[in-house]
Amino acid sequence: MRYAETGYQLEIDLSRGNIERVETDPKLTELHLGGLGTNAKMLWDRVPPETDPFSPSNLLIFSTGLLCGTPAVGANRTIVTTYSPQTLLMGYSMMGGFFAPELKFAGYDKIIFRGKSPNLVYLWINNDKVEIRDASHLKGKGAVETAALIRQELKEPNAQVASIGLAGENRVYMASIEHGRSSASRLGLGAIMGDKGLKAIAVRGTKDINIARPAEYMQLCNDVLQYIKVRAPNLIPEVMPILAGLGSPQEMVHYDEKWHTENFMWGNARTRRKDFWNKEVEEKWKETQERVRTRLISCYNCPMKCGAIISIPGISTYMMKCFSKLTYTMAAYSDLEFGFRIAQRATEYGVDGFSTPQVMAFGLELYEAGILTDRDMAGMPSDNEGRFYWLLDRIVRREGIGDVLANGTYWAAEQIGKGAEAYAHNNIKKHEQLPLKLGMLNPIYFLMYCTGEKGNITQIEGNFPQAPFSTMELKEAFVKDWVQAPDDKFKKYVLDWEMRGERSMPFYPPVEACCEIVDWQEKMHHIDDALGLCAGLSSFPLKPPYHIHNLPAFISAATGMDMDEAGLTQIFNRNRNLVRAINVRRGLRRADEKPPEDHWKKRFPELEEKLLDGYYKFKGWDLQGIPTKETLQELDLAYVAEDLEQRGIIKNEQG
Amino acid sequence: MSKVKKKVKVIKIDLDKCNGCRACEVICSAFHATPKYSNNNPARSRIRVIHDPLRDIYLPVYAGEYTAAECMGRDKYVIDGKEYSECDFCRASCPSRDVFKEPDSGLPLKCDMCEDDPAQEKPLCVQWCLNDALVYEETEVEEEEKKEVKQEDVEIGLESMIDKYGMQKVLETVARMTKKS
Repeated sequence: MRYAETGYQLEIDLSRGNIERVETDPKLTELHLGGLGTNAKMLWDRVPPETDPFSPSNLLIFSTGLLCGTPAVGANRTIVTTYSPQTLLMGYSMMGGFFAPELKFAGYDKIIFRGKSPNLVYLWINNDKVEIRDASHLKGKGAVETAALIRQELKEPNAQVASIGLAGENRVYMASIEHGRSSASRLGLGAIMGDKGLKAIAVRGTKDINIARPAEYMQLCNDVLQYIKVRAPNLIPEVMPILAGLGSPQEMVHYDEKWHTENFMWGNARTRRKDFWNKEVEEKWKETQERVRTRLISCYNCPMKCGAIISIPGISTYMMKCFSKLTYTMAAYSDLEFGFRIAQRATEYGVDGFSTPQVMAFGLELYEAGILTDRDMAGMPSDNEGRFYWLLDRIVRREGIGDVLANGTYWAAEQIGKGAEAYAHNNIKKHEQLPLKLGMLNPIYFLMYCTGEKGNITQIEGNFPQAPFSTMELKEAFVKDWVQAPDDKFKKYVLDWEMRGERSMPFYPPVEACCEIVDWQEKMHHIDDALGLCAGLSSFPLKPPYHIHNLPAFISAATGMDMDEAGLTQIFNRNRNLVRAINVRRGLRRADEKPPEDHWKKRFPELEEKLLDGYYKFKGWDLQGIPTKETLQELDLAYVAEDLEQRGIIKNEQG
Repeated sequence: MSKVKKKVKVIKIDLDKCNGCRACEVICSAFHATPKYSNNNPARSRIRVIHDPLRDIYLPVYAGEYTAAECMGRDKYVIDGKEYSECDFCRASCPSRDVFKEPDSGLPLKCDMCEDDPAQEKPLCVQWCLNDALVYEETEVEEEEKKEVKQEDVEIGLESMIDKYGMQKVLETVARMTKKS
């Protein structure tokens, strides 16, 4: 019997309409756990590096994490993996919600799509019965609407649905995969789904998920639940309200947006409005939020309430989470009412709430600068908000200028030329980032921005404070019960770190410490992504319930495998290096690893080089960020080293 | 007849506080697994969150008695502008729907307030509901003494089998199985 996992995956060939249920090799679970780890393994093995993201041989993998469907609180993430049409690198976006547990209960750990369907279809998984169904009647329908229509026609209100909207159908590079209150938004995975002719996946499962050591596992789950009860209301002082507790940023709960509106940039990641927040704005926005927010809601088996149902009279109800609350508002220099309204349309279209508003603001900047002309914008309304709706409609339909903007700021700028490149100023690896522009270089964040391969800072930052605490009392209070730190030296970094003076940024923490801090934070994210745990209870907040000291016990008790911290770290390093190798094989090099040029005002080129050198060395990579032969061999990845050597990527002299 | 004091166990369900996470279903199915906690499967849970997020419907309902027949009509209730089917509130394991039945055998499920061995201080669904949508209360009532016959699980299961296949068929099957063993 397999524990925690089902031991089966679905292989769907959309070109031939073939469906296979395939037993998986338990050895792969021992080596990579599941989720992101086994996805990376599959992508490496089965999709050659020269494959175009829109080629039928590109795979689109929907994977559960190893602990999804077990009683572990917050183990509900679906990890979607393919080659990204935008970055051309490995794209792995994730979503919470209810999809992954349902898939497990149906009896599958993963669904792997290959090929392309000649007609629009959807996949219906009802335990052992799996069928590819016609979706021509769903063409052009909204993502939320599609889910409702599918449940209706299947007469299965408990089916969980992941779907794309118009943006995915039209291969828009910002297209998301939507699933109720959640979405896999980043890196354009919805475009790959659309390219494969797959409108949606519906799943219903009523089978058991088994646990190897039940009593022990339940004790661990109960401990986590008890910890959440104590930690969630105990906010960490001096940390902004949305990050002081647990969960993903509590945007649906909080009204106070002083920090975001005054520190994040408005427009195309352009303008800081230092005195924006005042009593009047606060009251107005609070009124808006309270009026449209019907209920705070959760993902599967999680007490946090990071999402909300949004009902605005006259437009259909949708669900929202996290920071998309402000991205449209701030891109358009508008108010919260506009943000909630346009997000409804954007959710139905199925687009990434981070990239899309920036792309639209970028288009308008180009127009104001005369780079885009009245001819490009023929038909655009004159009012500000109207322009955003107009642009959104053009982009998801790929009409006129929308066809260019639909590829994101990097590719659009390249196509438009005439100096447009300078306006695509907020990207890393061709992908739009949070509109954050700061003063002093933060060495830890420098490394995370440069080397993170998920394309989003929130997917690598987390367990270590973003900035030093202001007083020794606060520092001491913070480290006192900091059980999550891997060892005591991290406590020392917090205690020694100061706001100014010798032990302040950018030279403190020192290079070596920065490497350790970044590596630890990334490790926690990677483990979450393999286990299917929500970062909001693990790698993202300070002092989370899951950490490096209790996760090995979870894995052991759930699966029966013997796992300790060293073993888990080894798996992290293996998975991390495999992801790196996949991207290196697709051309990723040191030159690509840089933050947006204007992210920090005060830059330190010499220090930055030292940081990258140090970090690469720490990771066992060469000066180009390529894993060395020894590193790969130590991680049972000799076959990867061999491949990289054959391709001349690992030069013989390196080894 | 004499009066006796009886403890009544109550779970207060606050629909406004339900965040739809279904942790109650998770822990219920895990607790009632054999061996305990060895598996979980919300489809076996004795509590279900009837949910339809877009209509803002979040309604935890507990499994009650097994019934062989379905209702003649299906009424609708409108509460606070939201329409509920009468079935949404119904605790019965009945032929009209899949809810409160073992997914493989179809045998009926019934909430036992976690009095299963070992009896829990509070039902586990309540313990796992950190949002207080489920709150446990005990009250005492005085009522006339009557002989209470507690139906065992096997009996409830058999009853449903008899309803489904007929007494004769069940007897024959049991007889045949007895011979075999």
